[in-house]
Amino acid sequence: MSLLNLQLKVWRQNQGQPGHFQDIQAREIPDHASFLEMMDIVNERLIKDGVDPVAFDHDCREGICGMCSMTINGIAHGPERATTTCQLHMRKFRDGDTIWIEPFRARAFPVVKDLMVDRGAFDRIQQAGGFVTVRTGAAPDANCILIGKEVADAAMDAAACIGCGACVASCKNASAMLFVSAKAGQLNSLPQGQPEKDRRTLGMVRQMDKEGFGNCTNQYECEAACPKEISVRWITKLNRDYALAAAKEAFVGVQESSSGGE
Amino acid sequence: MSLDSKIPSGPMALKWSKHKQDSKLINPKNKRKYTVLVVGSGLAGSSAAATLSELGYKVKCFCFQDSPRRAHSIAAQGGINAAKNYQNDGDSVHRLFYDTVKGGDFRARESNVHRLAEESVNIIDQCAAQGVPFAREYGGGLANRSFGGAQVSRTFYARGQTGQQLLLGAYSALNKEVARGGVEMHTRSEMLEVVVVDGHAKGIITRDLTTGKIEAHSGDTVLLCTGGYGNVFYLSTNAMGCNVTATWRAHRKGAYFANPCYTQIHPTCIPVSGDYQSKLTLMSESLRNDGRIWVPKNKADVGKPAAQIPEADRDYYLERKYPSYGNLAPRDISSRAAKEACDAGLGVGPGGRGVYLDFAEAIGQFGQKTIAERYGNLFEMYEKITGESGYKQPMRIYPAVHYTMGGLWVDYNLMSSLPGLHVLGEANFSDHGANRLGASALMQGLADGYFVIPTTIAPYLVTQAPGGVTTSHPEFQKALEDARNRTNRLLNVKGKRSVDSFHRELGLLVWDKCGMARDKAGLAQAIKRIPELREEFWSNVRVPGSGSAANPELEKAGRVADFMEFGELLCQDAQHREESCGGHFRSEHQYPDGEAKRDDDNFCYAAAWEYTGDLSKPKLNKEPLTFEEVHLSVRSYK
Repeated sequence: MSLLNLQLKVWRQNQGQPGHFQDIQAREIPDHASFLEMMDIVNERLIKDGVDPVAFDHDCREGICGMCSMTINGIAHGPERATTTCQLHMRKFRDGDTIWIEPFRARAFPVVKDLMVDRGAFDRIQQAGGFVTVRTGAAPDANCILIGKEVADAAMDAAACIGCGACVASCKNASAMLFVSAKAGQLNSLPQGQPEKDRRTLGMVRQMDKEGFGNCTNQYECEAACPKEISVRWITKLNRDYALAAAKEAFVGVQESSSGGE
Repeated sequence: MSLDSKIPSGPMALKWSKHKQDSKLINPKNKRKYTVLVVGSGLAGSSAAATLSELGYKVKCFCFQDSPRRAHSIAAQGGINAAKNYQNDGDSVHRLFYDTVKGGDFRARESNVHRLAEESVNIIDQCAAQGVPFAREYGGGLANRSFGGAQVSRTFYARGQTGQQLLLGAYSALNKEVARGGVEMHTRSEMLEVVVVDGHAKGIITRDLTTGKIEAHSGDTVLLCTGGYGNVFYLSTNAMGCNVTATWRAHRKGAYFANPCYTQIHPTCIPVSGDYQSKLTLMSESLRNDGRIWVPKNKADVGKPAAQIPEADRDYYLERKYPSYGNLAPRDISSRAAKEACDAGLGVGPGGRGVYLDFAEAIGQFGQKTIAERYGNLFEMYEKITGESGYKQPMRIYPAVHYTMGGLWVDYNLMSSLPGLHVLGEANFSDHGANRLGASALMQGLADGYFVIPTTIAPYLVTQAPGGVTTSHPEFQKALEDARNRTNRLLNVKGKRSVDSFHRELGLLVWDKCGMARDKAGLAQAIKRIPELREEFWSNVRVPGSGSAANPELEKAGRVADFMEFGELLCQDAQHREESCGGHFRSEHQYPDGEAKRDDDNFCYAAAWEYTGDLSKPKLNKEPLTFEEVHLSVRSYK
């Protein structure tokens, strides 16, 4: 194990106020530590020195809860492919490196403090249709719904999304299309999701727009940044589902999109 | 107060149906007059909040994370048990019930376990209907895998992320109800106090973690679905935010804490690499199907690379001690054997706290490609964390705290000894006795939330006038004042040590004295040391920042303050239970071959501890456990 001396440039911001970068020395960081453990060490020293520690979101630290959210050297979740910030380890850096640490930036993700952002928009998009309406107790036997392995596996690929928001942070338009397409796509491709497919698609897409996310211009930065490697083909599917649902709505006019938690 | 478990009469298999039949109902028009406060949004909390809202109750749900989807249920990997018998291998509700009671080393309540087994089948139906992408066979039906402690294949799964998929299912049901207006969701809200009015839980005090605002919420009943207390050990596989605060604050207000000494240690985790370590990562125990566990026979070999230690100088200790189960010995037994090897100075890796999990033989036999197909994601995860390749050299593993079977005592209706306070999921002392079988935690969380509480909440609510208490009641003002004072007290210590340094010290102490193996002398030391540490905490902790804005250090400080109190009860319970059972191993109580020795004559009860105002003198209440269906016997895995 070796020790690293690093120069951090960390975004500091209080809610509703302008932010700035702060220079912080991170000396003698064990290269076996995770990135967040490096931040723990730095914070412990800041506290000792009477400086306000850096606030950041984190919880499971095993890459599944989706809470951690740092843009490291300009890349959401940092340089390692298919890896959340919490699973990134310091051995990926070199002694003497300068590391820029910023929050997930997007208009729809306002900064709460320092590196913490408010991703409530994702919950509201889900509330606008990201579900199958089934009452508890009203389900048929699970094996009454037969789903081919290929279809089930594809739905699982989409369902692997952890809702972290790296797709938004990495997109120059701050578009949430990868997230929304994975969430809608999972249910839209399963038989259980068919009855509400149009309503779901329209509801979620419209809520996404309302939240202030940008439009998708097919840059595919989202796929590159996604820690769960969600494919952009889900965006293609969502575009198709949306076109169909919108056309049906225009011609038949039966669709009433979900109001989305208002 | 006496412990009335309210177990329905009649034969075991009919108790739950009879109870449902006998339970009072509330008219749909009246349901909406009742407000239910749900604290926690994991499997138990989300499923309860969604289902109660569907039934017509007004629900307010609280979680400390930024979204209900992030609760720690999300991290469960392996699967969820259900007695579907889709494999036609002889499974049944009775068999699942039997395996769970036996797996729990005869320290669970039989009637609750039977209900759990009955509801298991409904859970799978519910989740499949929600669109949970369970693994399937080519014919389109659901696939199963096998898990420890059972001879049938009854575990349903969604790749290695069953917890995430089930939680997303419950979260989607919750979202549906939020959109409909039935549930009011409060994210980034941490519960600080339970409010008790005339002996009943009628509300909670929360802190908004974004603005720092301390608020009161009143309701007709409170549901705690706040998970386990594994983080008392500081290092565990739990998420960083998992805490005992909600259950501990309720305990201080009258809810009995049952069996805190039943803690589960998982044998296959990645070892600690340094004192900066913040958490431990579990790797599925399925690795033990092909990996062989060993340590060097001689201390002289401990520092050498594994490849330089000849076969004859390796001790495959599980295979040696448990020839018929070998590397697949149960969790508690494998964990203790690893500790013994390391205690004897034979541990490998930094600090000597590790044993090898070696795939060389399996790779030789099946080829690296096959092993990668079976466990590729786990090898990748191992390499990310340790920087070492498990294909080229043996992995290093060490046991870690994983789940806690103890929790708040509840009756058959899931109500604690504090009237009006219900407790669901890992937070209650539950259905797992002294040891939980794999793939049963998800089952319990969802059974409690989707199917049990919607029935068992009514018998309490019918005795209450809806909306009888509001936040203007003096008890709320007092609780608000208490919560504010406590927050200010933490901020005003202005000492020299960080919150984490205290938490780390407490964790090391509790792990050392009340971890995998416990003894009288060690527990006595911990019981003496914890109050001293607690005193130092309150006189020397440094919590920077203010209470009126986002302040993660303040949040941690409140949680660690509660762990400082809870840790003492954990050790007291372990000290009082002069027997070994499941996850509780007292070195004084073992068979000559090192197996756990239960004492059914003296300890066949759930220990429900009552807060007396003096942390060093909790009062012990006992719920005797009777076994009508599964007869008491010694577990053997030789």
